[in-house]
Amino acid sequence: MFPTPIERTSKPTQVIYRVALYLLLAAWLLPMIAILVTSIRGNADIIAGNYWGWPTEFRFFQNYGEVFNPARSPMLRYFINSVVITLPAVFFAIFFSAMAGYTLAIHRFRGRILLYAMFIAGNFVPFQILMIPVRTLFANMDLLDTLLALIIFHTAFQIGFATFFLRNFIADLPMALVESARIEGATEMGVFFRVIVPLIRPALASLGVLLFTFVWNDFFWALTLVQSDRARPITFGLQALRGQWSISWNLISAGSVIAAIPSVIVFFLLQKQFIAGLTFGAVKE
Amino acid sequence: MKKDTEYRWLRLQFALAPVYFLAPAFLLFAVFVLWPIVQSIWISFHEWSGFGAKAWVGLANYRELFGDPDFHISMANNVRWLVLMLLAPVGGLFVALFLNQNVRGIRTIKSLFFFPFVINLVVIGLIFSWFYNPDLGLLAEIFRLFGLEPIPILADENLATYGVILANLWPQTAYCMILYLTGLTSMNAQVIEAGRIDGAHGWSMLWNVILPQLRGASFIAVVVTVIGALRSFDLIAIMTAGGPWGTTNVLAYMMYQESLFNFRMGYGASIAVILFLIMTVFITFFLRSVVRNERG
Repeated sequence: MFPTPIERTSKPTQVIYRVALYLLLAAWLLPMIAILVTSIRGNADIIAGNYWGWPTEFRFFQNYGEVFNPARSPMLRYFINSVVITLPAVFFAIFFSAMAGYTLAIHRFRGRILLYAMFIAGNFVPFQILMIPVRTLFANMDLLDTLLALIIFHTAFQIGFATFFLRNFIADLPMALVESARIEGATEMGVFFRVIVPLIRPALASLGVLLFTFVWNDFFWALTLVQSDRARPITFGLQALRGQWSISWNLISAGSVIAAIPSVIVFFLLQKQFIAGLTFGAVKE
Repeated sequence: MKKDTEYRWLRLQFALAPVYFLAPAFLLFAVFVLWPIVQSIWISFHEWSGFGAKAWVGLANYRELFGDPDFHISMANNVRWLVLMLLAPVGGLFVALFLNQNVRGIRTIKSLFFFPFVINLVVIGLIFSWFYNPDLGLLAEIFRLFGLEPIPILADENLATYGVILANLWPQTAYCMILYLTGLTSMNAQVIEAGRIDGAHGWSMLWNVILPQLRGASFIAVVVTVIGALRSFDLIAIMTAGGPWGTTNVLAYMMYQESLFNFRMGYGASIAVILFLIMTVFITFFLRSVVRNERG
């Protein structure tokens, strides 16, 4: 293990390490702690300019209630929009990519490396090179400013990364299982659904969490494809509400917490899968 | 007879498998990612407001762009982003080395260090704008503590870009850290012990024994950071909107403004094409390594 394991060092060093660890952690998370605390501050603190001291009152329910009250702010609407965009986009992107990944990994046909490279490259292009044509296309389909446009676009775009990811995972599976299913007369669809899908379940979980955070956190496409509240997801909504709430930093903070929390929950619940997904390839070579 | 048709059907579905397995993914990807790239390049040779007919202008947009002072500012900022964001892999490596211990609770601590990466950039932009706020931010409090006048970082034309980059370093360092932590935990312990016996320790150990084994992690950390830096848009939109006086503009944001605020789609497209060409260099670099792994 590198660096030298701390338990092999002297007692004082171990204590210093512990203290340094917690201090660094506190500093690292200071921005998060600050918005969590501010999100439960009362207006008195905000008016008095007490942003960084101990709160004089705790208004958890009032602040979050205010943010989530449909009569007072469209935040609930934005939240639901984000859910309605994210879940189908993640599902379809994974489904189509699993199929593409299967054939790219298993079948030997001409141009397969080229296709594979194309999915990877597409995943990295700047959004701006897609912006005008994609916007025009949705305008022609009369889908600008709809949830459907965002669902379709995110599905399409995430296919790049998802196919890259799943192809690599499937390519590492033992081919013998596929061969024996074929000998028993299974069609390729049969092999895919009955042999491949059960085997790649862990990869699907990893990918699902990653794509969830990618799509949930999108801001650019919300900004360019949506104009009104009816299709605005929470990232763009939060930015829009910032003007309305102006200096009510307790409300902005509460809104930020709500916008951030779904990806944070997904991450902490499925941490192992998330990190496995994110670091795949990093340890190869 | 029946056996024969069944056999033929099996062969046909096998031969056509790549087609129907790839069709949905490929069609979506082609329509919304690949073809738009071609279209953008085409649009960049036109004058177009987004409505009505396009007028062919050849390379006029590019000629104008190269003389545009805003373009020079944006390019310079893109370079600043690119260079400074490379602090993320370096910082991530050191945080990972610091956390690579087996003390109690370290698993939770590692994930707490990582989780800024999961938070969306809108929230991160809001938090940092507030930190930098000269009236009510933490930075201002610290300045006052030392009896100094707070600096309005995001309103200062020389500092604003660095303020935005710093905000982006936070989640990006977390990401690089997790890559290195994974690399460190899966490292061959025997090689490290052999290094120790050979008298390597501290820096020489890190440089000669550890870093070579972390090549894979470093490669991904650098490529993803560079591409992320060139793509930077969200934080600029949230924190400065390109201001003050366009000094925090980058190509990605300039393109958005020219197209959707000034309705100059052709000009906007030409900016996008330049950004795309710059990124193609790094994408190619990444692809080469992937394809080489595939063949080798």
